[in-house]
Amino acid sequence: MGKILEIENVSAGYGEEIVLKDVNLVINDNDFIGIIGPNGGGKTTLLRLIIGLIRPYRGSVKFFDDSRERSGGSIGYLPQISHTDPRFPISVIDVVLSGLMSKEGLFSRYPARLKRRAEELLNRLGIEDLKKKNIGELSGGQLQRVYLCRAIISSPRLLMLDEPSTFVDTMFETDFYGILKQLNRDMAIIVVSHDVGTISWYVKTIACVNRNLHYHPSNVITQEQLAAYNCPIQIITHGDIPHTVLEMHKHPK
Amino acid sequence: MTETFVELLGYRFFSNALLASFFASINCGIIGTYIVSRRLVFISGGITHTSFGGIGIGYFFGLNPIMSATIFAVLSALGIEFLAKKAEIREDSLIGIFWSFGMALGIIFIYLAPGYAPNLMGYLFGSLLTVTSLDLYMMAGLTLIVTGFFYLFYKIILFISFDQEYARTHKAPVQLINYVLIGLVAATIVLTIKVAGIILVISLLTIPQTIANLFTKDFRNIIFLSIPFAFLGAFAGLLLSYALNIPSGASIIMALVLTFIAAKLLSIVINHIKVRKAVSGNKENK
Ligand SMILES: Nc1ncnc2c1ncn2[C@@H]1O[C@H](COP(=O)(O)OP(=O)(O)O)[C@@H](O)[C@H]1O
Ligand SMILES: [Mg+2]
Repeated sequence: MGKILEIENVSAGYGEEIVLKDVNLVINDNDFIGIIGPNGGGKTTLLRLIIGLIRPYRGSVKFFDDSRERSGGSIGYLPQISHTDPRFPISVIDVVLSGLMSKEGLFSRYPARLKRRAEELLNRLGIEDLKKKNIGELSGGQLQRVYLCRAIISSPRLLMLDEPSTFVDTMFETDFYGILKQLNRDMAIIVVSHDVGTISWYVKTIACVNRNLHYHPSNVITQEQLAAYNCPIQIITHGDIPHTVLEMHKHPK
Repeated sequence: MTETFVELLGYRFFSNALLASFFASINCGIIGTYIVSRRLVFISGGITHTSFGGIGIGYFFGLNPIMSATIFAVLSALGIEFLAKKAEIREDSLIGIFWSFGMALGIIFIYLAPGYAPNLMGYLFGSLLTVTSLDLYMMAGLTLIVTGFFYLFYKIILFISFDQEYARTHKAPVQLINYVLIGLVAATIVLTIKVAGIILVISLLTIPQTIANLFTKDFRNIIFLSIPFAFLGAFAGLLLSYALNIPSGASIIMALVLTFIAAKLLSIVINHIKVRKAVSGNKENK
């Protein structure tokens, strides 16, 4: 189990606004971390920091390969909001292929082998019949699945999902987390969610982000612990026992 | 028109005009698809009018107005792109400033230039029939650059245009590609001025693409369809311009708009047939 990246004493934000302060986090292969925290707590900012969209004011984000430091990591990313134009003339399959941008380089013609791989992924998510459709003809949930394909087509070492369940219908949700569990055999996963109850079925550990980051090395968390982590969110009870809800549904399989 | 088409082709001015239409169609087909897809029509309109400043400078200093306008427009386009990012001025306000500044500069220089300004109407409304060899060389050169650039970098252009933020997460050279493309937009606009004129050039960058978009929703196919539509419009406009002795820009737009209406009607019919097929297909399944 190798170390993928290490965040050390990082402060980051936008302009004068400090959003994250003194954050430390290590991510290893096959980790499955659930990130929770209140709205505006800095969860998205943390992911943007890791992927390199913003730079830390202080501290460092270091990537590793065989415990040697590297300049960047191989990361798949599903953004919370995509600022894309629904009328942009691009097909589903091309959107999926765009997940290979950094691997294939500027000149790539994207050979048939990669197109087949994109089709396999669409197939796996049950949307292969959409491959030739224009991106604007999809529902929110379908679009989310396309973006998931885009995030994993490069077989990244780390997959980061920012509130993936926002658009996903409940039918697909269980399915979705099943797929994540399967993917987790090959890649570490970070998933941001406001629904602690649901993700804790699937994640291995939890990180609470609210300006600071508190790492919780278990997928079971109580309301008291959340309070201690300065993480004012409500655990949505899927059972009847308050406070220690999550112990109820250990491991669906 | 008493001459046959073959006789017309024998005239230098006519074959020049035809070649200019050909190059302009390719340039506008490709660059216009980028403009329409990324909703850059407003900035393109801005760059078009800004380039009038370059034409004025050309008149005043006795340079080739198209050449000075090309340089002026490309620099303005890069300036707009740069300032919108770095100076945090809203892009559309910035475009408004460049737009009016360029026009004002053009007017001032043209008034100050000694003598009267020949062919001014041609720059405003297009004059395909006065295309020179130099114009053609410049247009052909641009065609080479535009087709080469899109051929080599098609995928990355498509991906960056679709989702810049995501492309950044892949460390794609988003800013560089944006600068190159906005520069090519400016060059395409100015080198199409002889065909359609400053006031009307935006038509060749939007109408063929909109027609193509009625039949396909794929970036590449829009390019390949809008080139022949642009050429059709330019060709019909050219004949009309010659026959009636009117500015080519106006006649081209007439041809394009009529084509658009016809295509829209055609697409309505096609869609109607498709829907009926789909509905009856569902019935059979049940
Ligand atoms: N692009 C931005 N510019 C300025 N401030 C921002 C930007 N994005 C987010 N913020 C601020 O950063 C804080 C954290 O935002 P975010 O990381 O999106 O929170 P979360 O994902 O946990 O809801 C918020 O207070 C928000 O206002
Ligand atoms: Mg967020």
